[in-house]
Amino acid sequence: MQPYSLAAQPWPSAAGRFGRFGGRYVPETLIPALDELASAYLGLRADPAFLADFTQLLREYVGRPSLLYRAQRLSARYPGLDIYLKREDLNHTGAHKINNAVGQALLAKRMGKRRIVAETGAGQHGVAAATVAALFGLDCVVYMGSEDIRRQALNVRRMELLGAEVREVHSGTATLKDATNEAIRDWVTRVRDTFYIIGSVVGPHPYPMLVRDFQSVIGQEVRWQLREQRGDRQPDVLLACVGGGSNAIGLFAPYAYLPERPRMIGVEAGGEGIQSGHHAASISGGKVGVLHGAMMYLLYDSEGQILPAHSISAGLDYPGVGPEHSFFAEQGLAEYVAVEDRGAIAGMELLARSEGILPALETAHALGYLPELQRRIGGGPEQIVVLNLSGRGDKDVAELTRLRQMAAGEVRA
Amino acid sequence: MSGVDRVRAAFTAAARQGRAALLGYLTGGYPSPEQFGSCAEQLLRQVDLLEVGLPYSDPLGDGPVIQASSQQALERGATLELLLGEVAALRAQFSVPIALMTYYNPIWSRGEEQFVQLCLAAGVDGLVLPDLPADEASSLIQVAGARGLALTFLAAPTSTSARIELAARASSGFLYLVSVTGVTGMRSREALSEVPGMIERVRRCSSVPLAVGFGISDPEAAAQLSQLADGIVVGSAIVEAARRGEDLGNFAAALRAATTRYPSV
Repeated sequence: MQPYSLAAQPWPSAAGRFGRFGGRYVPETLIPALDELASAYLGLRADPAFLADFTQLLREYVGRPSLLYRAQRLSARYPGLDIYLKREDLNHTGAHKINNAVGQALLAKRMGKRRIVAETGAGQHGVAAATVAALFGLDCVVYMGSEDIRRQALNVRRMELLGAEVREVHSGTATLKDATNEAIRDWVTRVRDTFYIIGSVVGPHPYPMLVRDFQSVIGQEVRWQLREQRGDRQPDVLLACVGGGSNAIGLFAPYAYLPERPRMIGVEAGGEGIQSGHHAASISGGKVGVLHGAMMYLLYDSEGQILPAHSISAGLDYPGVGPEHSFFAEQGLAEYVAVEDRGAIAGMELLARSEGILPALETAHALGYLPELQRRIGGGPEQIVVLNLSGRGDKDVAELTRLRQMAAGEVRA
Repeated sequence: MSGVDRVRAAFTAAARQGRAALLGYLTGGYPSPEQFGSCAEQLLRQVDLLEVGLPYSDPLGDGPVIQASSQQALERGATLELLLGEVAALRAQFSVPIALMTYYNPIWSRGEEQFVQLCLAAGVDGLVLPDLPADEASSLIQVAGARGLALTFLAAPTSTSARIELAARASSGFLYLVSVTGVTGMRSREALSEVPGMIERVRRCSSVPLAVGFGISDPEAAAQLSQLADGIVVGSAIVEAARRGEDLGNFAAALRAATTRYPSV
């Protein structure tokens, strides 16, 4: 198997910008650490030994390449669509998050850092960070909002079993946004011995770049696998859910700057509907602003105060979206749509029953877009759709049960 | 008198009195919308510069005390307009410079030009920018510079000489030296042991007035750092005193007394 590539892409610029998005809006204390990280990464991204380590860990530990599965029973529901599922849910720890965690842990090791911190929403990134910390023998602290701790109790216990310390965050909305604030505060305080493993393509430069590069193994494999399975056909549509946007960028990245790229669609969490104000759709329902070190599409009010996001899925419950997605949206390189909570639940149930695969609620937003996609493009010649099945749904069973009981009036909110 | 002039003059006047300048911070709209004005007045009678924090939803450079005060002020309806109204009323009574500490998104969301104009109209003399490094601020530097609004950027223990020079060049009022790696809040004096060396390093590449902040919580720490810096910033300790309902005038007076420089030997 050939090694994965971490080759440079046209963006970001040397200043860490994707067009006008990105940058480094952080306390000065962190700037030297970001410089150190960027220079370490730029030195290693083309280093054959580093690429060999990364590739070997992904193969032997994560279990890559993940399958590219042609979902014929699902496709039968949507005439005109030939749907392939990129099975990131089959990775070790159950989601795409591990790809990035492995890459950043390797970087941390090369940089001589002994302690890692991470933020987590649904707990998938926290579990991935705790996992690589155990594997590399590093101390690990994960910040998680108290609301998410309640929703994702299983993952909290997993992190603890892996030896990580989970610190509960009560401030603000007590979700991913506030966990990220707290992780950054920890990093500012222990910047000399700590490596911050950020979980998505957000944050100050160079994070959106290096998380993208590590996650791009998803799209790189899709290109190889589709060539094997379908000869010269390349995908017509790439479809993925978008919170911060790491699984989507991982699928899009190897295609995004090609002259003939597929249609790329990112599905944001529409919550209870964009009009309701209770959603997490930063591109569909937000405007350009600055949070967690980067300029990006963001939910905030007329005072510049960040608005609480809402989504049934803790992993998409974030008021911003990565700077490169913001750039794609503004330039029209990719399109971004929103699927509401109920559409995600429908998508989850449909995949479970038609294919015997229980996806994460985050992923289910991409599945929830299939009916609309079929209406839009299903009439013509058959379209190859690659949907990134970013994570598995075990973690959501308890919360879904609670929501169902609530709807039936058996328990109160 | 422009904001830049007023800020610089405050440092000069304190130095002439054989003191380091005392910079006191209070979160806008705290401890309550009703009490903020009188608390700020008590401070203005003692400090050489009042730093007012614009409450923000995601203050990632701040520790628990200022976070909690910001969250509480927002819950009780703090807005830029209300805060600038308070500043205008204070400005009518006091000539002490007033700076606004604000994260960048509130500036960006209004537009830099409009934000600066609103500040100047209310009598704000300067901005302190905790999440805007100088290299991301070129347009704000132009907008503020053209109108004499003083900007303050931060230098940190981790900053290289090149970064310190960059922040110093961009700071038209004073340069803010963060005393510890970390967020705002009260720390033990042992944590300040690195500061003298850092001040020496900054002096080698900067000539703007230098204020040290983060972790100065009592007169003893204030006295120690007043021997080295042009000014000292006390934030969380004042906010905490406001929370306890202490007389901020007395609290700040004790700090002010501690800013006296010992005669050099």
